[in-house]
Amino acid sequence: MENKKIKREGAVIFSEYKRGDSINKLKEISRDDVLFELKESGLKGRGGAGFPTSTKWMLTAAAKSDKKYIICNADEGEPGTFKDRVLLTDYPELVFDGMVVGGFTIGAKEGIVYLRGEYEYMLADLELYLNNMRKDNLLGNNIAGIDGFNFDIRIQLGSGAYVCGEETALIESLEGHRGEARNRPPFPVNTGFMGHPTSVNNVETLSAVTHIVLKGGSWFRQYGTNKSTGSKLFSVSGDCEKPGVYELPWGTTISELLEKVEAKDTKAVQVGGASGICLNKEQFSRTLGYEDIATGGSIIVFNKDRDMIHVLKNFMEFFVEESCGQCTPCRIGNTKLLEGVEMIEKGEFTFRYINELKELGKTMQVASKCGLGQSSPNSFISILNNFSEEIFNQGNGGTNGK
Amino acid sequence: MLVAEKNSLTEEIEKMVEKHGATRAALMPVLQDIQRNHKYVSEFAQQEVARLLNIHPVEVYSVITFYSFLNSEPRGRNIVRLCQTITCDLIGKEIVAKAIERELGVKFGETTKDNRITLEFANCLGMCDQGPAMLVNDKVYTKLTPEKAVEILNKVK
Repeated sequence: MENKKIKREGAVIFSEYKRGDSINKLKEISRDDVLFELKESGLKGRGGAGFPTSTKWMLTAAAKSDKKYIICNADEGEPGTFKDRVLLTDYPELVFDGMVVGGFTIGAKEGIVYLRGEYEYMLADLELYLNNMRKDNLLGNNIAGIDGFNFDIRIQLGSGAYVCGEETALIESLEGHRGEARNRPPFPVNTGFMGHPTSVNNVETLSAVTHIVLKGGSWFRQYGTNKSTGSKLFSVSGDCEKPGVYELPWGTTISELLEKVEAKDTKAVQVGGASGICLNKEQFSRTLGYEDIATGGSIIVFNKDRDMIHVLKNFMEFFVEESCGQCTPCRIGNTKLLEGVEMIEKGEFTFRYINELKELGKTMQVASKCGLGQSSPNSFISILNNFSEEIFNQGNGGTNGK
Repeated sequence: MLVAEKNSLTEEIEKMVEKHGATRAALMPVLQDIQRNHKYVSEFAQQEVARLLNIHPVEVYSVITFYSFLNSEPRGRNIVRLCQTITCDLIGKEIVAKAIERELGVKFGETTKDNRITLEFANCLGMCDQGPAMLVNDKVYTKLTPEKAVEILNKVK
């Protein structure tokens, strides 16, 4: 892989930061101060679900238990997402310092990074980095000279399961089980890893916390919009001149983003990865943010030559493979949706059946146990709706114009 | 399996359990260590892990079958995983896969006769900005062309 560290520009995440600064700041402030600044910042979970980080930490901090955990969710598996890879390889100081701040705030002594198996090649460097933090008293006992503040971080690998990015499946995996999502409630903030209060946070969320502690919640808030504060990392791939990770304020429109990455003849943009939605040209004026399209930051660009049924088939094959199989709507539903796509591909479908599959998709969205099955029909429904003209009327489905 | 082989495998697993702790939570790290060294977790290894962690062997088996990077059947000395997800698919995964298959004389899902390489597809490797991408064991290679991919695999021992 290409491993030269490139200088990236951004207002928040990629702004100037020196390792240890936010940890040293903890000498001057209390837990409540951290929680206050987080609340002020309006930071929401960057993995995609968008749960307010201050609430999650407040609940974990308030829970009573002799042991608590902070877990860094580095099981980045959503197709088209690679921002966490960039953060972990080029900006580990943001991620680990954020975990230390988290440990301080919620009262955890142990932090665990759940690193996806695909990223095993990073492991040696990350372990070395942690060892250096220990040497410099940024991990271990009485961190940064704060009396009684003991905290350490360990890394555990995943083994190639997309669903383990779901926080309760991730915890199951950490405990040595199949990565099958749990029923909620109880939530991990009360009953998490080994039954103890646990906060599971995305790599990017922790990186944002590191900056917020140092620079303040109102500083963070000045970027983005009212409901979507701060900025977001977008992983851009597909048909464009400049794929890569971009930090942009929330509120950026799709067309602004396309211009930035120098995409030409764009026909479609998939926002949020395979579990996200696919937009057509008429929708490129829509904005990225919780007001309009909330996303974990995966942006896949398709130019005019791409076959949307081929794209959709790839997504559905992904979900059929990655569904953990414990709940019926997801296990059977995804198989049925894939069959439907194959029918369209061969030209052996009826509109009545396809419409029924869209209804099945809506059922999956409400009846599936975890986020995987709740979001997997998104691409099916949005591609068939937004590209119905080319799929059903211009021969992309079936004969494909041949 | 010879008795001597069994004994040495037991000894190896005992060391792993010692390192990670004899608890259920150590199951994944222990299985990952075995997978790393042997490219699969044999039935005997599963039983030994179960015995040492004090859980039922079927629990061990159920965990192995859940994760795509853990195998209960033998694999080649090296496992190659080519990314098949959307972005890599759009920019040439198919021609890379075909070139590899031609050169090695086996299809994806199979192992070469000399047991050198097992070919598998993997879902998104997180290299979408540098695709097509593949893993050779735990090493990642990006921006593959058919020629480059074959060259890399020729160097694998």
